[in-house]
Amino acid sequence: MEELLTDLKKVPLNDLHVSLGAKMVPFAGFYMPVRYSSDVEEHNTIRKGVGVFDVSHMGEFIIKGPKALALIQKVTSNDASKLVIGKVQYSCLPNDQGGIVDDLLVYRTGEEEYLLVVNASNIDKDWKWISQHNTEGADMRNISDSICLFAVQGPKAAAVLQKLTDANLASLEYYSFTKGEIGGVKDVIISATGYTGAGGFELYIPNKDAEQLWKKIFEAGKQEDIKPIGLGARDTLRLEMGFCLYGNDIDDHTSPIEAGLGWITKFTKDFINSKNLLSQKEKGVSKKLVGFEMVERGIPRSHYEIVNAKEEVIGEVSSGTQSPSLGIGIGMGYIKTEYAQPGTEIFIRIRNKSLKAKVVKPPFYKA
Amino acid sequence: MNFPKDLKYTSDHEWIKIQGDTAIVGITDFAQKELGDIVFVEADTVGQTIKKSEVFGTVEAVKTVSDLFMPITGEITELNSEIESQPELINSDPYGKGWIVKVKIKYAAEADELMSAEAYQKLIGQ
Repeated sequence: MEELLTDLKKVPLNDLHVSLGAKMVPFAGFYMPVRYSSDVEEHNTIRKGVGVFDVSHMGEFIIKGPKALALIQKVTSNDASKLVIGKVQYSCLPNDQGGIVDDLLVYRTGEEEYLLVVNASNIDKDWKWISQHNTEGADMRNISDSICLFAVQGPKAAAVLQKLTDANLASLEYYSFTKGEIGGVKDVIISATGYTGAGGFELYIPNKDAEQLWKKIFEAGKQEDIKPIGLGARDTLRLEMGFCLYGNDIDDHTSPIEAGLGWITKFTKDFINSKNLLSQKEKGVSKKLVGFEMVERGIPRSHYEIVNAKEEVIGEVSSGTQSPSLGIGIGMGYIKTEYAQPGTEIFIRIRNKSLKAKVVKPPFYKA
Repeated sequence: MNFPKDLKYTSDHEWIKIQGDTAIVGITDFAQKELGDIVFVEADTVGQTIKKSEVFGTVEAVKTVSDLFMPITGEITELNSEIESQPELINSDPYGKGWIVKVKIKYAAEADELMSAEAYQKLIGQ
């Protein structure tokens, strides 16, 4: 996507990334490090060791006060009433046309306080959308510009970070968090979440402390050969797990039911467009987001056509790559429901050839 | 980055080494670095005569797909079989083991339109 270079923002540690040799590219309105050395090496570092992504472009909103939960229940699809303090929930913001405004994480940070973490490209859209539905007057604050976010991921992440904090990281379950001191920086949210399937933590840090903490993490991880990791590897890692990327696999026009996000779409409560989505769930949908792997050699890419044996178009690829862990082409795409069953033979149109693939249930990579 | 003086270059980031009426073609050090890890090379054009600036194949990196353009009109006589199983050779040795195709040149005069190493470096701002 072409972006006006003059409108691009920089993350607070931009110069540090440049000094580490990062190739900076426009992404979601920011200059972001796409790679420091090699996509494949960085991918493998996360699968086998430990690495750090600076994903400070992500947006953070605080919603608090007596009306906070009611607002979150109204705008998100998952049931936030189930969240206890210290827990995180994956959710989405359905629009009123059947699509998705954004996918997000909801943290319960206090009795009447929540943190919403949204995609960088959607910060303004989400803020307007939630504000528009805030008719009961919940207290909302957009703190996106004052918070840095590091994702310290990989099987060795806990060992590295434990050197820097008294918080018991081993006891922190997946999708839980604690707020504490790490590397001498106070009030950091240490969250056992990530977008890689490799384990690890995400750290929410005030901008002013970010550089200090980055350096502390790299000192602590020297023995584990910790590396900075770019967005290139982030994409292949998330795709190997079958995690959706907003703008590729879900958008304003895809329904959470079609996208396989039924598990975060809870009809135990009313929310925006819940009646329509419930009816979709009951009646079934005509297309579904599925995972597939290439049987013949080829690399699927977003917008390639999916066809059947008769060369009839039955769907479209939403994300695809060569899986660094598996060494084959993998992808996700929307496909007519009758072809969505795992094991179904399909074909991907790659440069005027129809190459054989089969539908599989993600994750593609199993640790 | 390295740009050998004995090679000629195109604005599409191919290099060409001309030896009489045959040539070896690959992509430049700059191109491989921009693309990132190369994981697949495809050229179904062996045996075909392809015009200068037309597509003769495709190189796929983890993140992107890029067409390969002919630096000179000619018949593709050979695809480097080593890069079919080890496409990463294009990253590690773009002017050596990572060569892509051999070409039988049709119009030798077209070579005059190719760029020198200095002109190419200027083009990419190096």
